[in-house]
Amino acid sequence: MINPDVKAQYTTTIGIECHVQLKTNTKLFSAVSNDAREAPANTLVSHIDFGLPGALPVLNQEALHLAVKAAFALGTEPERFSKFDRKHYFYPDLPKGYQISQFDEPIIGKGSITVQVDGQSKVVGITRAHMEEDAGKSTHPAGADYSMVDLNRAGTPLLEIVSEPDMHSSAEAKAYAYELYLRMRYADVSEANLYYGNMRFDVNVSVSKTEELGTRSETKNLNSFKSVEKAVDYEVERQIALLEKGEKVVQETRGWNDDKQSTFSQRSKENADDYRYMPDPDIPPIVLDEAYIADIKAAMPLLPDDYRAKFAAIDIDNKVVADILAVPESAQLVSRVLDAAGPEHARRIAFWLMLNSVTDPEAPTATSQTQVPDEQLIKLSQLVSGNKLSSTAAKEVLAELQAKGGDAEAIAADQNLLQESDEAAIAAIVAQVLQTNDKAAEDIKNGEMKAIGFIVGQVMKQSQGKANPALAQQLIKKQLGI
Amino acid sequence: MGQWQPIATIAADVQAGRVTARSIVEQSLKTIAKRSDYNAVIATLEERALSRADTIDALVGSGASAGRLAGVPFIAKDNFLVFGAETTAASNILKGFAAPYQATAIERLEAEGAICVAKANLDAFAHGSSTENSDFMTTKNPRDMTRVPGGSSGGSAAAVVLEMAPFALGTDTGGSIRLPASYCGAVGYKPTYGLVSRSGVVAMASSTDVIGPLAASVADCALVIDVMAGRDSLDGTSIENDPLGYADVTPALTGKKVGVIKEYMAEGVTAPILGIINQAINAMADAGAEIIELSLPSLPTALAVYYILCPAEVSSNLGRYDGQRFGYSFQEADTLETSYKQSRSRGFGKEAKRRIMIGTYVLSSGYYDAYYKKAQTVRTKLINEFNAALQEADFLVGPTAPDVAFKIGENIDDPLKMYLTDILTVAANLVGVPSISIPAGAVDGLPVGLQIMAAQRADRELLSFANGVEELLA
Repeated sequence: MINPDVKAQYTTTIGIECHVQLKTNTKLFSAVSNDAREAPANTLVSHIDFGLPGALPVLNQEALHLAVKAAFALGTEPERFSKFDRKHYFYPDLPKGYQISQFDEPIIGKGSITVQVDGQSKVVGITRAHMEEDAGKSTHPAGADYSMVDLNRAGTPLLEIVSEPDMHSSAEAKAYAYELYLRMRYADVSEANLYYGNMRFDVNVSVSKTEELGTRSETKNLNSFKSVEKAVDYEVERQIALLEKGEKVVQETRGWNDDKQSTFSQRSKENADDYRYMPDPDIPPIVLDEAYIADIKAAMPLLPDDYRAKFAAIDIDNKVVADILAVPESAQLVSRVLDAAGPEHARRIAFWLMLNSVTDPEAPTATSQTQVPDEQLIKLSQLVSGNKLSSTAAKEVLAELQAKGGDAEAIAADQNLLQESDEAAIAAIVAQVLQTNDKAAEDIKNGEMKAIGFIVGQVMKQSQGKANPALAQQLIKKQLGI
Repeated sequence: MGQWQPIATIAADVQAGRVTARSIVEQSLKTIAKRSDYNAVIATLEERALSRADTIDALVGSGASAGRLAGVPFIAKDNFLVFGAETTAASNILKGFAAPYQATAIERLEAEGAICVAKANLDAFAHGSSTENSDFMTTKNPRDMTRVPGGSSGGSAAAVVLEMAPFALGTDTGGSIRLPASYCGAVGYKPTYGLVSRSGVVAMASSTDVIGPLAASVADCALVIDVMAGRDSLDGTSIENDPLGYADVTPALTGKKVGVIKEYMAEGVTAPILGIINQAINAMADAGAEIIELSLPSLPTALAVYYILCPAEVSSNLGRYDGQRFGYSFQEADTLETSYKQSRSRGFGKEAKRRIMIGTYVLSSGYYDAYYKKAQTVRTKLINEFNAALQEADFLVGPTAPDVAFKIGENIDDPLKMYLTDILTVAANLVGVPSISIPAGAVDGLPVGLQIMAAQRADRELLSFANGVEELLA
């Protein structure tokens, strides 16, 4: 570990490139399924993905549509003119000898997004985002004298989002990565399933004691927010240690070893590769007309910032908001409840959802949230508001609703959870309990307030749990004249 | 003419049952065998063709329509993928490659009953003007066996003139249909860029590659284009066809404005050829066309532009021939890099390597702006000049080639001289306009082609005009 005083002398600068897999049915340039998750190797491959002679790429219009949505999600508009280029290099998982990408005229230009870092807002600039096809997958079995290539992934549509070097800590890097994830999910541009590599992050990190930027390293293919954070931490430590020893940071590509929680050198980047970019003559330039853009803009779903603003206006706690935003369905639900039943119920239901949230974006399938119909949730919340159900009992009913469905009030009644809020009936029980527990009653009068809890408990017991405890407490005080 | 009726007549005869598709295909195969010493054909598809002929005959027998090209045999340049057939592009690196899908052009022709009987020789990967760059053999000119047929569709042009089939398919990237048509005495048609899908045709330079027919007459070319033309979901650069189609080529000359391009009638074109072209222009004037002289000042740069952009695209398009998935693969390599280097070094011929080297160079960082980008700028200028000229004239005319067919071996060691044979044809490719070469006469028995160009998408008008000119020159 580097001495914190030494570390404080350095400024860390971080830029992130993120590859997002667009959720199209078919590949970017061929009519083959885009879902390679469970398919046997090389079964989702057409003559186009295989790079056969005479095969031509034809742009998937759905991918273009999603890229335009992504532009709005990144706080900008799509470029009216963009084009595809060929990026040349030889590798067995790149069938054509070039990758089709966008070089100097990408679909998305400058934008910016606001990210949440420890409750604070921070603006991160977006340099550009472009569409490109993924390559296939190479595997190198240990000890074998061959490698294997699976082209199922070849041609998968990606959006590569390049940030400005605006981040200065691992927390900011992680927050940015997470915000991108949220936006891609809310805009419905990507499945954004990190387990399946739907989003992959390359982090460029440098440290410097001066205004001038230091030499950067690029750690590629990080597939979790935690690894983004850890890789930045590791690189900062490593680079400062090198500089403190009087050594130099080498510009290079590094990989991430999740077991060792460390980065490792992959290849030096000192001699820049010459990809011989050339406009792809097989794909006509993309010229977007205003009506097309306007239609997509009008149909854009609400984005995380829209929900944040909406929920902040009704004073939902920041922590609760962050939690329910993790699952678009939850945020959408709370928003619907707010529109249909008002802030009180929206706040309560948001809180319930937060308690229930177990979503892990890095799990194979993100846990789906409650399937309970909105009106049942609202009904349940109304029972609580009307003092007919305690908060604790409401959670039991909610669990039952989630497990089996049904009617909130009927479940509460069945399980004997409905509260007695009839003042006269409770008053009678209170009177009886005070009579049989005169010692405790005396203690309360003498200011020993913890005894009041005991009396409330007795009242609850007598009422078989149906009495409204708040009301019971009021009545106890009233009857004791305090 | 010789043994073949016009294509429409053959199809009508087959449909009417006056002749069987099988007998026509057999006649075609017989001619191919008889004239094999011309090296026009790389392979025949006898079994496939006869089986398709029987299918057509059965259809006719059942009273069903067998299509507008019922039973008409044709020969495809060997850079067209024909399902199940070996497709080599006349290169060693693709030897043994059996096509697992087929070109849209073939698909559309077969859907109308046409039958592919053979694959024609070409310069490997269509790189050349003589078929001498074929990795397998040189095709001989049907008029003089000591001369080249032109290229790169030399096999297709020779096959048509040798009457091996009523028509053949070629590709034209810088003149590869029109030059051999001119050298051999056939009609060769390069339609508007994108009018015929490029899907399933081995790419040379994607931004100028065009597919078209070679045949004995304009009418035959027009019918074939009519069947092949139109948008294809497998080619993003393909365009909609003319709703009126292309088959009706009623001659139309009167009142048409014909632009004679000054730069096309300049030095470099031999005097006898200029004489023949001028005669043709006079005949057009006599028939009621209005002749005007026009200039395309950037035209002399077209060849230079072409030989930057074309190799750039070639170097990119040939990247996929890496010995890893199909075609020739060097088996003794012990590393991936050796496999790449040896597969490509041994698989590609000299001209392919030359173009890969030039293309790689002009796309390299530091040279891109000086070559590729500048060439694109000049290309745009050329397009503007053509558009302006085609505002003034309906058609532009000139010779197809500066000279008649040269001797085999004459230019083989001088690539620059070889490239110069394309000087009059490349502009139409760079600009994307349709262009046709029709026989206009002969010098010492060697055919001379007249080139006619029109505006983009004016293919129907061009074919009608060319049909009229063809009648005048007959």
